[in-house]
Parts: sequence; C-alpha cells; structure tokens
Amino acid sequence: MSLANSFIVYRKELRDMLRDKRTIRSMIVIPVVAFPLLFLGIGYVGAHFAGEAQKEISTVMIQGGQDSPKVLAALQGFSSIRIVPYQSDARQEVSDKTIRALIAIPEGFDAAISSGHAEQLSIGYYEADDKSELAKDRLQKFFDDYRDRIARDALAARGLPTSLLEPFKVDASNIAPPAKVGAAIFGGWIPYLIIIFSFTGAMYPAMDLTAGEKERGTMETILSSPVSRTDLVIGKFLMVVTASVVTAVLSLLSLGFSFAWAKRGILGAAGSSFQISIDPSAVAAVVILILPLAVLFAAVLLAVALLAKSYREAQTYVSPLIFIVIAPAIIGTLPGIELNWKTGLVPILNTSLVSKEILSGTYNWGHMGLIFAMTCVYAAIGLAAAVRMFNREDVLFRT
Amino acid sequence: MIQAVELCKNFKDKKRGDIHAVDNVSFSCRPGEIYGLLGANGAGKTTTLRILATILSPSSGTANVAGFDVVRDPQKVRANVGFLSTATALYDRLTAAETVEYFGQLFGLDSGTIERRTNELFKALDMEEFRERRCAKLSTGMKQKVSIARTLIHDPPVMIFDEPTNGLDVMAARSITDFIRQCRDRGKTVIFSTHVMTEVEKLCDRIGIIHGGKMRAEGALDELRRNYHKENLEEIFVDVSGGAP
Repeated sequence: MSLANSFIVYRKELRDMLRDKRTIRSMIVIPVVAFPLLFLGIGYVGAHFAGEAQKEISTVMIQGGQDSPKVLAALQGFSSIRIVPYQSDARQEVSDKTIRALIAIPEGFDAAISSGHAEQLSIGYYEADDKSELAKDRLQKFFDDYRDRIARDALAARGLPTSLLEPFKVDASNIAPPAKVGAAIFGGWIPYLIIIFSFTGAMYPAMDLTAGEKERGTMETILSSPVSRTDLVIGKFLMVVTASVVTAVLSLLSLGFSFAWAKRGILGAAGSSFQISIDPSAVAAVVILILPLAVLFAAVLLAVALLAKSYREAQTYVSPLIFIVIAPAIIGTLPGIELNWKTGLVPILNTSLVSKEILSGTYNWGHMGLIFAMTCVYAAIGLAAAVRMFNREDVLFRT
Repeated sequence: MIQAVELCKNFKDKKRGDIHAVDNVSFSCRPGEIYGLLGANGAGKTTTLRILATILSPSSGTANVAGFDVVRDPQKVRANVGFLSTATALYDRLTAAETVEYFGQLFGLDSGTIERRTNELFKALDMEEFRERRCAKLSTGMKQKVSIARTLIHDPPVMIFDEPTNGLDVMAARSITDFIRQCRDRGKTVIFSTHVMTEVEKLCDRIGIIHGGKMRAEGALDELRRNYHKENLEEIFVDVSGGAP
C-alpha cells in the first residue's frame, strides 16, 4: 500500500468532482440552500396560514336555546363568531367544513343557571380541521368567561369574595438552562440532519467513482496503471469521505445561520422570548462523533455501488440504504429512547443518541469514547469490505 | 518480450456454468515484433490481453511480460506496459494535459520527466492545439491521441492493444495503425487483438488465431498460408475456427 499513490488518486478525484455540476449541487448547493429555504418556507406558510385562520370569523350554528335569551344574547355579542340559522343537517355541515362548530344549548338553560342547577352545553367540532378547532377554542374560552361571570355575580349577590373562585394560583416556568431546553427541542434532530446529510453527500460521489467509472469505461484505464487496487480504493474512499464531511458541515453551518436569521426575522417576538442557545463546542463534539460515521457511510456506499454496472443500477442499490440510515436516526430522536449497552451497539442510532446527550449538556465520556470506538470499528469493517470488493474481478468486470 | 505459458481463465456463470474463456494458451512475442491475436467476438482475445496487462489474473498458467511474472509481480508488469483498448476511456472532466500528467504520476514519474515527456508526446502527436481542452470536448480522433499519449507517458517496452480501432472512422483507425507500426519500429514488443483481417495482414509479423478460448493456429502469415494451402487470411481464419461455410 502506498499513501502517496492514494493521494494522487484522491487529488485527481477531487479535481474531477469539483468540476462536476451534479456533485457541486449535492455537496454544496443543496445543504447550503435547503435550510434557509425550509425555514423561510415553513415560517412564511406557517405565519400566513395561522394569520388567515386567526382572521377568520368562525361560522357556527346554535341548536336550541330559544328559551334562553341571556346566553343567546351573550353569544350574539361575541365578535369572533358569526351565527347562522340552525339547519337539521348541522352535524354534516361541520364535517363538510361549511360551518366550523355546532353549539347545543339544552332546554331551560338560562332558568337552570338562575336556579343554581348545573347544566351541560356541548360544542360539536371537527377535530382534524384547524379552523374548526380554532372555533371550538374560541367558544370554550367564551363559555369559560361566561361561567366565571355568572359565578362571580352569584358570589357577589351572596356577599362572598370572588377570590373563592380561585383560592390560589399556579405559576409554571422553565428553570432548566436554555442550552438544555434548546437541546430537548432541537437536540434530537440536529444529529439526525447531520447524519442524513453526511450520507446523502457521500451517495453521489460513491456511485460516480465506482459504477460511473465502469459505465464510462475509465475503470479499465485506471486498472491498467501500476497503482494497486487498494491504493486506488483508498484514494476514492478519501474523496467520498471529503464529500460526506463537507456536506454535513455545510448543512450544519447553514442550519445555524438559518436558525439565527429565522429567530430574528420570521419568528419575530416569539423567537426572541424563546431563548435557545446551543453550545458551539457541543456541536463540534457531535461533528467529531459523526466523522467515523461518515467514514462508514463512504466505505459501505463504495462497496455497494461497485456492484453495479451503471450509475442507474447503482442508484437502485443505494437508494434503499437511505431508509436504513433514516430509521435509526429517527428512532434516536424519539423521546424515551435512552442510550444503554444495547442501543450503544447499534450503528447510527448510538451516534444519534450520544449526540442528543451532548447537545443537552451531558458529557458522558464513557459513552462518547465507546460509541466513537464502536463506529470506528464498523467503519474499518466497511472499508475492509470496500477494499475486498475492489480486488474481486467478478465485481469489477461483472457482465 | 511477452511469453504466455498455458494460460487459463475460467469464469463461473449462473446460467452457463463454468466457462473456459482462455484455455491453455501459450505464445510468445519478441521486441520489435507485432503479434496479432485474431479471433471472433467471445473467442478469448480480450481476456488473454487483460491477463497480460494484469487487469485479470489467470486461473492457471502464467505469463512473463517485460521480464516480470503476471501472477507474482503484477504491479511491475503494469509499470512496463502500455495498455490501450476501446474500453479504456478518458476522464471527461480532465484536460488532455491533465490526463497525461495524471497517468505520469500514477506510473511514478517525477514532475520534470512528466513535463518533458508530455511536451515530446504532444508535439509528436500534434496535440498542442487541444492541450488544455477537456476530454469531453474532444473529437474521437483527438481522444484517441490523448489515449496514445497516456499509454506512452512512461515509455513502456511492451504495448498491448485490445481491438484499438473498434468503432473508429477510417482516419482515426489509420492513425492508430500507424502508431502501432511506430511502436514496433522503436523496438517495442507489441501485441494487439482484432477481428479485422486487413489490419492483421498489414501489420502483423506473427499471428495467433484464437477460437473458443484455445489457440488454434500460430505463425507468420506466410507460414499460415503454406500450412492451410490458402492465400486469403479470412479463409484461413474460417477454416481454423472450424466454421467453414
């Protein structure tokens, strides 16, 4: 083995890749552009539709209540709703979204309230429909206020203090450090995104440098040079790792900038009151832990893509691998999945979990060391497999 | 010098079972000689030449190429061989000069030698005009010249050509056959495979007719004519291949 030869191959592959528009797109443009666009899109669409829904006056029907003018008058005075005449198919109209909610007022409601009997009102709404849920929330709030007012009046009429209604208050506030809150909210998906990007960044070059070379006929050219196949695969492998790490780091930077920008811009006041700070050194630690994973991805992708005769065939082998990467990465983001000796052995999942720990400020050096070492072992096995594949004639010259 | 001794290459195929692509093939080719390996498609020409270029390893038997054994010293063999075939394409995104430089580096040449050799080759092959042009933008003939420069950068004593004129137009094919002749004139050991009879008649000092993986006949063109009592190489070929119409 000669590292000098691998480096010659690496330099050539790097030059070649940097001249390839498809690589530039997958390695640089997509990770850099994806997050700002995602944030902009979500921010814009979210703000737009939330605003639209808030602006809408909820159309409701009232069933019954003819003998209860007080509650009807109060409802008519509620500006966030518009009452339309009751129809017998009101329930259907809620389902059809032609009205947002149906209020059913029992017979003798006003009279029962006056005499101190508990009565039951019902609100019918469409649970999966945001606008209907908004109408329900508005009505709920309206009736809560209405009930409080009646209770307060009743207490006042009996000469009792209104504080009886609320003998004590409960104030719940966050006392955990902002970094931990940030981690709990974002910690799960930051490593997940970096893992996915380090995989997708490696995908294209791995296919291009193996099946792509076979398809274009340059594989035989390079095999006729005196460089050993091991040197050749190491050079190619270094290129794929480079693409993987560059993609992951760029996506992380882009995510950081997008977040900072969104917090000031689109999220506005809500963003600034929601102080999320993620420790940069924790992010750096996560990147270091993801490095051996990038190595594993590069090796596995090279070995798998080399099996194919053409770029297109390689895509059919490599695409399903995305699910193998996404599944453990997603499981890692689920609440309740903790790092233990079992989950610590599962590649990708262990990195996802330990990254979540680190971002929440917990530096368990034992876990980190173990997982780094485990991933290095998996990466070495992957690389050995890729080298072995490159030395197999039936793989290189599959017909 | 090329000396192939009882070369065999077997492949396993799911449908067809064991295939003897090269079956006990022996021959030799001396410096300053062009050896033509003649055979139909699938006869075993490409596999034989790939073994000589150490791109494939033999199942049994061996070959000595430029003083090195293909089984024991494949890297040294490759360092002394220039291998060109229609399957050896160029990197589209590298320029002509970069391609030649890359192969110079892979062959372990220092930068001074690479520069000197590149300049010599580009001048000799009249490639200065497209020196800095990317291979993707070159015509077939230009690409062929870059491939030739690529195989000659390390000035190898042995040249192996696998159907080098396949798919080329008359002019491009002619430049290749001229080049093969020049290699011989410079004392190189040259072996090339083809199924084009006229190329063999024009170029080869000795001919090996391969069929079904086996070497069926060998000798200079005149020897073959005498042995088979036929003037026309095509008829000799058909006779030897056992496929006389």
